[in-house]
Amino acid sequence: MIAFVLRRLFQALLVMLAVGMVAFALFRYVGDPIESMAAEDDTAEFRQELAERLGLDDPAIVQFGRYILNCLRGDLGISYRNKRPVAELIADRLPATLELVLCASIVALVIGIPLGVYTGLHRNTVTSEVLQAVSLFGISMPTFLTGIILILIFSVFLNVLPSFGRGEVVDLGWWTTGFLTVSGLKALILPSITLGLFQMTLLMRLVRTEMLEVLRTDYIKFARARGLTDRSINFGHALKNTLVPVITVAGMKLGSLIAFAIITETVFQWPGMGFLFIQAVHNVDIPVMGAYLMMIALIFVIINLIVDLLYYAVDPRLRIDRAVAGGYTS
Amino acid sequence: MDAELSNRPVLQVQGLRVEFPTRRGVLTAVDDVSFEIMPGEVLGLVGESGAGKSLTGTAIFGLLEPPGRVASGTIVLGGDRIDNLPHDRMRRIRGKKIGAVFQDPLTSLNPLYTIGRQLIETITTHMDMTLAEARQHSIELLAEVGIPAPERRIDQYPHQFSGGMRQRVVIALALCTNPRLVVADEPTTALDVSIQAQIIRVLKRLCRDHKTAVLLITHDMGVIAETCDRVAVMYAGRIAEIGPVREVIKNAKHPYTHGLMGSIPNIGHDIDELTQIHGSMPRLTEIPPGCAFNPRCPHAFDRCFVERPDLAQEDKSQVACWLFDKETADA
Repeated sequence: MIAFVLRRLFQALLVMLAVGMVAFALFRYVGDPIESMAAEDDTAEFRQELAERLGLDDPAIVQFGRYILNCLRGDLGISYRNKRPVAELIADRLPATLELVLCASIVALVIGIPLGVYTGLHRNTVTSEVLQAVSLFGISMPTFLTGIILILIFSVFLNVLPSFGRGEVVDLGWWTTGFLTVSGLKALILPSITLGLFQMTLLMRLVRTEMLEVLRTDYIKFARARGLTDRSINFGHALKNTLVPVITVAGMKLGSLIAFAIITETVFQWPGMGFLFIQAVHNVDIPVMGAYLMMIALIFVIINLIVDLLYYAVDPRLRIDRAVAGGYTS
Repeated sequence: MDAELSNRPVLQVQGLRVEFPTRRGVLTAVDDVSFEIMPGEVLGLVGESGAGKSLTGTAIFGLLEPPGRVASGTIVLGGDRIDNLPHDRMRRIRGKKIGAVFQDPLTSLNPLYTIGRQLIETITTHMDMTLAEARQHSIELLAEVGIPAPERRIDQYPHQFSGGMRQRVVIALALCTNPRLVVADEPTTALDVSIQAQIIRVLKRLCRDHKTAVLLITHDMGVIAETCDRVAVMYAGRIAEIGPVREVIKNAKHPYTHGLMGSIPNIGHDIDELTQIHGSMPRLTEIPPGCAFNPRCPHAFDRCFVERPDLAQEDKSQVACWLFDKETADA
């Protein structure tokens, strides 16, 4: 178990190092940093001096090492455009994105999983067929379209929910939250549904397929022959056996929710990291882009690590020393 | 009370018919099957794959998968009809009054729960016991089925047990509520030969100790000979012959039973070739008119191709074959 965690941590480090290299390459090779800082009529001597002062004439490997060390200290550079430390910018925007992603995930899990269980148990009923058909919509509709349609209905026609921004936020010093004001909560509704809809339908369909699979197994038939209650069989025995694949997909999708909140944030003018990234791309603000890249990679790595640990919690077969374990069954 | 109970059958199956409606018409997988099991008795149900023996067992549990259904007949357990009960009442009978042993112990147990949890949930579902009592009862049962160190093993997961040990756990699960009847569907088929005998011994001993009747479904005549009091031979959804196990084995009457017996190697006798029954059992869609065995029967005559024989008494057994009919004998 500990060996497993250490191994995964080591792999995570390698991944982060590789991403760091890509981020570093952005600085070095997407445009020349000296060129973008120096004025057109600056002399070659001045440019040389600037390069020396900033350490840009050192070998690439030394510069890379310095970059990684700075990142570890929390120094992600200074935004070309805002002239503020990138770490500060991200810390400003992070709460907005995380709150949005949290709400979207709750929408996806709390609605998606029960619907999946329902359609898995009651297949061939009208309700299930309708849900299946509707879910096909959810899974194939592009996020920006969902967002625009929702804005059209709830903001333009019905005029009940705001179409952009976070509403009023409360500043807790290190975190700004929209959870504590009515306008903040109202502003969360449409973006959360927009961002969560795809995951919700995906989870529903996944849980349904897995349920159908598990309900055919011998141990479910045997549980029936033992006269256990339907509730215990469906939600105890069957649902728990669908969890391993569901955790995998839900975990990976949580990562992409954070990474690809960009579109939803753009549609709703949500002041989150995705929005920050889009602005950075517009302005070729390389320190921000590099930091965003590192940030997302870090989140993915952490989520994957948590998913791996959850496997251990769910499936006892993984917990045991392989030598002791007898035949494997799936 | 006990005396009265002991001479009334535990299970009476009367004219059981299981059908599967398909697009190409209704298939009859089990056709007019009747038998009884007395308390403590072991009845073997033997036949080739597809003869309808497992479906008979599944029908008794009320667990036929739709579109399969019991089309006619009655199933009476301890005096009460159980084939027409609503879902929840039938659930209370499964696991409480009828225990089940399935074929493959590797897949019968939920891999994510400890065996203790699976035992305890079965016990507390059906019996009025606290968790602590149920746990104590489970440990005793595990000891009874021959699992060493049950106090420790009870908290282990199925994958920590070997196949034979898992089948012992399954037997403990089948018997944990003290049912009057256990339906064991091919309980040894998935196991190593050396383990098979052990499992059969455990099953037999426990059922004797608990006075539980057993319906043992298998295609293994060796297991039948070793275990059963009576045996029913099934062919194409019907019972061909039923009688005391010695009688059926030593003095087989139905040509199909003859063929089955001839196909068992006998170590004592030195014969060059085993007899085999030519051809194969007909598919459900292609059951011939008359006796279903007629295409393969060496003794078939005119009547076998037009009229279907019913079970009739012959010596100590009952057999469904025109060879033993009075009219045939007279002619």
